[in-house]
Amino acid sequence: MAETETIKSKVVRPLSPHISIYRGGLTMMLSIVHRITGGALYFGTLLLAWWLIAAATGPEAYAHFQWFVTSWIGKLVLLGYTWALLHHMMGGFRHFMWDTGRGFELGTVELVARLSVVLSLSLTVVVWVLGYYMAGAL
Amino acid sequence: MVELALPKGSAPKKGKTFKAPKGTKNVKAFQIYRWNPDEGGNPSLDTYEVNMDECGPMVLDALIKIKDEMDPTVTFRRSCREGICGSCAMNIDGTNTLACTKAIGEIRGKAKVYPLPHMPVIKDLVPDLTNFYAQHRSIEPWLKTTSPVPQTEWKQSIEDREKLDGLYECILCACCSTSCPSYWWNGDRYLGPAILLQAYRWLIDSRDEGTGERLDDLEDPFRLYRCHTIMNCAKVCPKGLSPAKAIAEIKMMMVERSV
Repeated sequence: MAETETIKSKVVRPLSPHISIYRGGLTMMLSIVHRITGGALYFGTLLLAWWLIAAATGPEAYAHFQWFVTSWIGKLVLLGYTWALLHHMMGGFRHFMWDTGRGFELGTVELVARLSVVLSLSLTVVVWVLGYYMAGAL
Repeated sequence: MVELALPKGSAPKKGKTFKAPKGTKNVKAFQIYRWNPDEGGNPSLDTYEVNMDECGPMVLDALIKIKDEMDPTVTFRRSCREGICGSCAMNIDGTNTLACTKAIGEIRGKAKVYPLPHMPVIKDLVPDLTNFYAQHRSIEPWLKTTSPVPQTEWKQSIEDREKLDGLYECILCACCSTSCPSYWWNGDRYLGPAILLQAYRWLIDSRDEGTGERLDDLEDPFRLYRCHTIMNCAKVCPKGLSPAKAIAEIKMMMVERSV
């Protein structure tokens, strides 16, 4: 018995490959992206908090914020935040649909996945065009 | 726990190549995951060049041909060869499926064959399913009743019987559970798609009287709620079932009983 135990303990079974070999397609990728965008929203909220605090603090503090968001890197962050927010919202709609027990047919799953990518990207463009339009830059 | 990299000793290395005889016209290469417990060390990826003019249409046909004619040490489970036993479940061309119902013609380029993902390997393409079966046992997959046993059989209306369609067909091949990233990261605590589909199969059985205790048992952040509707399960099921839908139904039952 003791001998068998020793032999057993010598063999360390490998773990079979998983994420490195798996082809899950768009739906699996969207699940990962949903998590990443969800995480990114924390930082976006910090940006939002900065904006509100700066506005409440005074002209000098606001000027700092203004300088950041009008710099190219600030604009890039803002653009990313817009997309992350919209994409995460689309993911939220998908999950809302599934929570009601609907949309589990494979064709629907694939269609809704594609739709959420297209919509999040095009809505981002819409938001920015509207933003520039309202600022009078267009 | 999310661990993207394989643990030490699990990363496959390049292995041997078994060439097809010279002059073979119709060659298909099969890259197969190999690990022998008697030798230990890292697993390797061996390549076998199969003469497709003398091979059946399914991946299992090729595996059997390889074992018969090229390398008798190649190890895999198989039995019925018609998609009903679930023994030959493995990862082929990046997705989990049954080798016996997966057509070689569907695979472009080299056919890559791995054991079911994120499982301890016993040998080559044979994973250790002990935990999977123990989890199945844990949901008590049998009829639970408190009423007196009837003189004849436990009767069920045609409509109630139809509720089991899309559930009873599950062959417990583990394709779905081992395709699920949530199951990869939390397989010790999350029951996974196959077992949850089985759980739902008993939850909606009109004859079963253990619904309340079954739901109590599942109401847990890990056992049930690690499902994030990633959808890999429904996409790979070789029987065309939807564990994702069954899990959503369980979640709805949880809500319904608490409102």
